[in-house]
Amino acid sequence: MKVTFKVLLTIKNEGIIIMIKSLKSLILVIGASLLLVACGQQGGGAGSKKSKTLQNTKKAGFVKCGVSQGLPGFSNADASGNWTGVDVDVCRAVAAATLGDANKVKYFPLSAKERFTALTSGEIDVLSRNTTWTLSRDADIGLTFVGVNFYDGQGFMVRKDSGITSTSQFKSGMSACVNIGTTTELNMRDFFNSKGIKYEPVVFEKADEVVAAYDSGRCDTYTTDKSGLAAQRTKMKDPDAHIVLPETISKEPLGPVVRQGDSVWEDIVRWSLNVMIEAEEYGVNSGNADSMKDSENPAIKRLVGAEGELGAAFGLDNEWSLRIIKQVGNYGESYKRNIADTGILPSRGPNELWTKGGILYVPPAR
Amino acid sequence: MKIKNLASGIGDFLDDRPRLKRYLPQALTLFFIVFVLGYFTFNAQVNMGNRGIVFGFGFLQQEASFDIQFSLIDYDGSYSYGRAYLVGLLNTILVSVVGIFFATILGVIIGISRLSPNYLISKFAEIYVEIFRNIPLLLQIFFWYFAALRALPLPKEAINFFDISYLTVKGWFIPKFIWTNFSFLLSSILLAIVGIFLTYNYAKRKQEATGQRIPAFFISLGLLIALPFLGVFLGNVGLSFEYPTLIQQTTTIYNFKGGVGIIPELIALALALSLYTATFIAECVRAGIMGVGKGQKEAAASIGLTPGQTLRLVVMPQALRIIIPPTTNQYLNLTKNSSLAAAIAYPDLVLVFAGTAMMQTGRAIEIVSITMLTYLTLSILISMFMNWYNKKIAIKEK
Repeated sequence: MKVTFKVLLTIKNEGIIIMIKSLKSLILVIGASLLLVACGQQGGGAGSKKSKTLQNTKKAGFVKCGVSQGLPGFSNADASGNWTGVDVDVCRAVAAATLGDANKVKYFPLSAKERFTALTSGEIDVLSRNTTWTLSRDADIGLTFVGVNFYDGQGFMVRKDSGITSTSQFKSGMSACVNIGTTTELNMRDFFNSKGIKYEPVVFEKADEVVAAYDSGRCDTYTTDKSGLAAQRTKMKDPDAHIVLPETISKEPLGPVVRQGDSVWEDIVRWSLNVMIEAEEYGVNSGNADSMKDSENPAIKRLVGAEGELGAAFGLDNEWSLRIIKQVGNYGESYKRNIADTGILPSRGPNELWTKGGILYVPPAR
Repeated sequence: MKIKNLASGIGDFLDDRPRLKRYLPQALTLFFIVFVLGYFTFNAQVNMGNRGIVFGFGFLQQEASFDIQFSLIDYDGSYSYGRAYLVGLLNTILVSVVGIFFATILGVIIGISRLSPNYLISKFAEIYVEIFRNIPLLLQIFFWYFAALRALPLPKEAINFFDISYLTVKGWFIPKFIWTNFSFLLSSILLAIVGIFLTYNYAKRKQEATGQRIPAFFISLGLLIALPFLGVFLGNVGLSFEYPTLIQQTTTIYNFKGGVGIIPELIALALALSLYTATFIAECVRAGIMGVGKGQKEAAASIGLTPGQTLRLVVMPQALRIIIPPTTNQYLNLTKNSSLAAAIAYPDLVLVFAGTAMMQTGRAIEIVSITMLTYLTLSILISMFMNWYNKKIAIKEK
């Protein structure tokens, strides 16, 4: 489409010049424009049986992945530009599955406001940016959520010296800093409304601006997903001066998102995530994945590609899942590396496997 | 070779038909414009169809379910997206009007100062213009908001103005005016304005007919003072103030209650917009005054007009004609620049509607086109008004 448009523009410009100078090349211009109409009609269709997104990804040689502008533990770039985090690991898993190398990812840092348009317009192919799965987002605006990689809930942060230890101590007239275009902006209203508290919402586009505004005293409380609060706290001037209140006011299932209309690509991203969780369930990790090929358990053998033809369903080879486990690791490794060991949320809470008291439960890979 | 022959053949064919030759390029241009627009529409339709996105404006009636920090009309999340749009639009208009007001006053003062014979004043005005004109507006907004206003104290240690007004990091709190029988005062002021208008008209006609001059200014001043005074006295108009008071909400959280709170986002934006635009208006004013010939002033002096009369009756009417058109541009720029509000959380049209509402509904194409149309309409309205004013003060050939 893009190329067609460029051609169209140049032809149009030239067309005008030719017309002004003399009328002798009319026929050519008209012919070219008719040709373009034909091209235009050809270009639109996606969503056939083959995955166009997969084809384009293979051609480009990297996965175009939308991430946050810096949220420790989820997607955060270090000084040398290396991205890490559990959301980043989803992108890496997709790259490992489709391109054979987890490092073949191009990251697009997006604000909450930009993220969906970037995805629907085709600028990115996977959005893995601590995004809450809701009905209206899933059904209304051309997006499809493929799963949950972090079960979260919205909470509040206040300054420790304020004496507030529970949301029941909130009073009318307080101001709350929040990120624009998030579910937190809506939940916050429901929460304060139900308590009959009049509050002042101060809305910023970038997460860093929200934190800076709260840190400077512009707002009395800062609200977002609890994992986000824990992560942002580490960035503040004095992390110990702030506490996260115990109440959770909403469900925030965070997960990767793809465009509607390419069901094969949707399945690839969904199962790249599921494989990581299932690998943890069966005790397969980046260290022992190769040796697991000789396992007695057929479920494990399927997981490492020693049995079955699971990859063929997506148009991938049979070692796609093995590559994910070897190069990115299972979900437990990813969580430990990015969230637990960095001190953000040492306890896994609901993000523990269902077999260990959490709610992490994925359909079987068979 | 063949194509060349064909092309020259067409050329000869057209040379024989001058009318066709004249209209063909225009028809082709039109065809291309329609083609490009059609192509974009078609492309958007196909791709939206593929992704299951439906185009429509029904969402404007849906409940918005998000709150807005600051609103001139009644609003909370239970109102519709349409209402949220209105809130954003009014906030945009508010900051534009405030910005235009201060930019004009400051611009005229600086512009005249640049022509002052006093070296200090003119140099100061020049330095002001050069500094504020040459720093990008967004940086100035950031400076006022993130550097200047963020450095203000918390409510507990607020900067106190005579115990009635307080400046804090959360905004500027001023007393609220509470009027009783306000309609009496309002009608007496309106009456005074009508009276002043009639006086000036009468004075002008009288002077044109008889040459006699009536001290219209002093009569007007008298009207402006006497009538409202009478109104207050007769109508029993009362005024009381509600002062902001500091209340303690928790151990360390204090907030002001009562009065009117002007949010720091509005202050920063209005300040940056007026200081920036004032430099351009100052240059327009300077150009306008310098554009009036020296001979005009000398001629005015030679028929015995005072310097004040010269400025008011001879220089300004001619200067205004030069000043108005470029100043209109500056008003338009200021209004459009107010959309930078989104960078500092001032809830204007872009932040509320093209920000939160667009995110919550996902209707990018609809909302962006509504927003663009709105700015277009605002700009056209401003320029229509300024064109009307320009025509009014233009030389009327008799």
